[in-house]
Amino acid sequence: MTNNLSRSVAIAGVAESDLGKVPGKSALELQAQATHRALADAGLSLRDVDAVFAHTDDKFSALHLSEFLGIRPGYVDSSNVGGMSNIMHIRHAMAAIAAGMCSVALVTYGSTQLSDGSRKSGAVAADSPSSPRGQFVTPYGQLSPTGYYAMVAQLHMHRYGTTPRDLAEVAVAARRWAALNPAAYRREPTSIDEVMASPVIAAPLRQRDCCLVTDGGGALIITSAARARDLRSKPVYVMGVAEAHTHHYTPFNTADWLDTGVAGTAEAALQMAGVTRDDIDVVQIYDHFTIGVVQSLEELGFCKRGEGGAFVADGALGPGGRFPINTSGGGLSYGHPGMFGMFVIIEAVRQLRGESGARQLPNAELALCHAPGLVFACNTTMILGV
Amino acid sequence: MSEPQRPLPQPTSLTEPYWRAAHEGRLVVQGCTACGHRQFYPRPFCLHCESEDVDWQEVSGNGTIYTFTVNYRAPNAFMKTRLPYVVAMVELDEGVRMMANILDADPADLAIGKRVRVAFEKVSDALTLPQFRLAA
Repeated sequence: MTNNLSRSVAIAGVAESDLGKVPGKSALELQAQATHRALADAGLSLRDVDAVFAHTDDKFSALHLSEFLGIRPGYVDSSNVGGMSNIMHIRHAMAAIAAGMCSVALVTYGSTQLSDGSRKSGAVAADSPSSPRGQFVTPYGQLSPTGYYAMVAQLHMHRYGTTPRDLAEVAVAARRWAALNPAAYRREPTSIDEVMASPVIAAPLRQRDCCLVTDGGGALIITSAARARDLRSKPVYVMGVAEAHTHHYTPFNTADWLDTGVAGTAEAALQMAGVTRDDIDVVQIYDHFTIGVVQSLEELGFCKRGEGGAFVADGALGPGGRFPINTSGGGLSYGHPGMFGMFVIIEAVRQLRGESGARQLPNAELALCHAPGLVFACNTTMILGV
Repeated sequence: MSEPQRPLPQPTSLTEPYWRAAHEGRLVVQGCTACGHRQFYPRPFCLHCESEDVDWQEVSGNGTIYTFTVNYRAPNAFMKTRLPYVVAMVELDEGVRMMANILDADPADLAIGKRVRVAFEKVSDALTLPQFRLAA
């Protein structure tokens, strides 16, 4: 149905803001900084931007940022569905551009989670005590999101015999990529034993099974394929993209917590792009937790259900491995300012442009980006190509 | 120093029968009188057939652990006093799933598929939380 939109828009500019620990800057300032850099990357200026897609903890994000940047867009979207929001924003920008409602869309995110200390307790902001979450989850002390993914890991281990060592493989591979990335926050070598000796947060997940807490932001410039070809950087085309949503923080009706609808979005995105899994050169999967990578690899169809543990063994996901993924170092080692979807996209674009330096994958022409939102509440898959 | 306050549910007119029943030591879930579908948490109509004829049905209080975690870190000061504690998704024999703590359990005794039975934990003059214990 959306196949006619394949390759209709391109990512024409990408940039991160300052990353890691950035004291003294607000999330808004990080978004503005990343925006300025992404526009320069595209060879455009603020005057060209006529649509703003932004999400932060502020529910009026796009207005807040538009004011700060001094622009008057004719299309805004501040919708927030968690970590995958920016990929969804690209899909929505694609529709708006095709409908003639805008021509140059800014997609951005920023957070000062580390400097704010906002996840020190392992908690995220609670909903009202009269909400479904406030009545039926919060009184029981569930850590969010860690507790939910601990429950997923418990189920995976019970059903398939996956081990803590399998999960540690994912964390070690991420660190090996981060060692090759000067922008990564945690670059020192680590080992499976070290990961498995880190403190338990919510069994069976340990601290090093969980993504980092950092500051940072990013921005993307989306425009029509035709216009992108006249701009400064090599266009990266959106070949296919799909999204699906089920719940908020109360997944009581998710029949199987190891079957979270990813197969459906993956299939839709691949079909829209007109490619198969075997064609994919670059895979970037949102690694909020090590188990999330194992689960996503299975649900995306890169390995059979239940074989994710064996699939990631022996350094398979790291540099030189059988299935190298998450080449930035991912949320586990590159950085994780609250939500990581933005950085999944930026790394895929850099790979497809051939700008990834020591971590560049060979013949990178087609990339698959995958991200969930909240606690397997929604998911999106996007295929990018050059 | 006073004991930290547990985050408590605030019932709405829709959920009040559930919380009142729990305070009386009964576990109830919504059942649809038109199609028989049971659902949790409460909704203003049946999610299966969209009938508004949903009523409250007392359930056995027996279930199994669908999955669980043992928390060594807590999201608030009250739960910190309980560390380590178990959070589980319990599947009732009547088919619906709910979240609860497994009280008084040695983490080593827990496993997916273990049988559990409802227990009621009074948390204020007006509120009681449905909880579970491993079945004897």
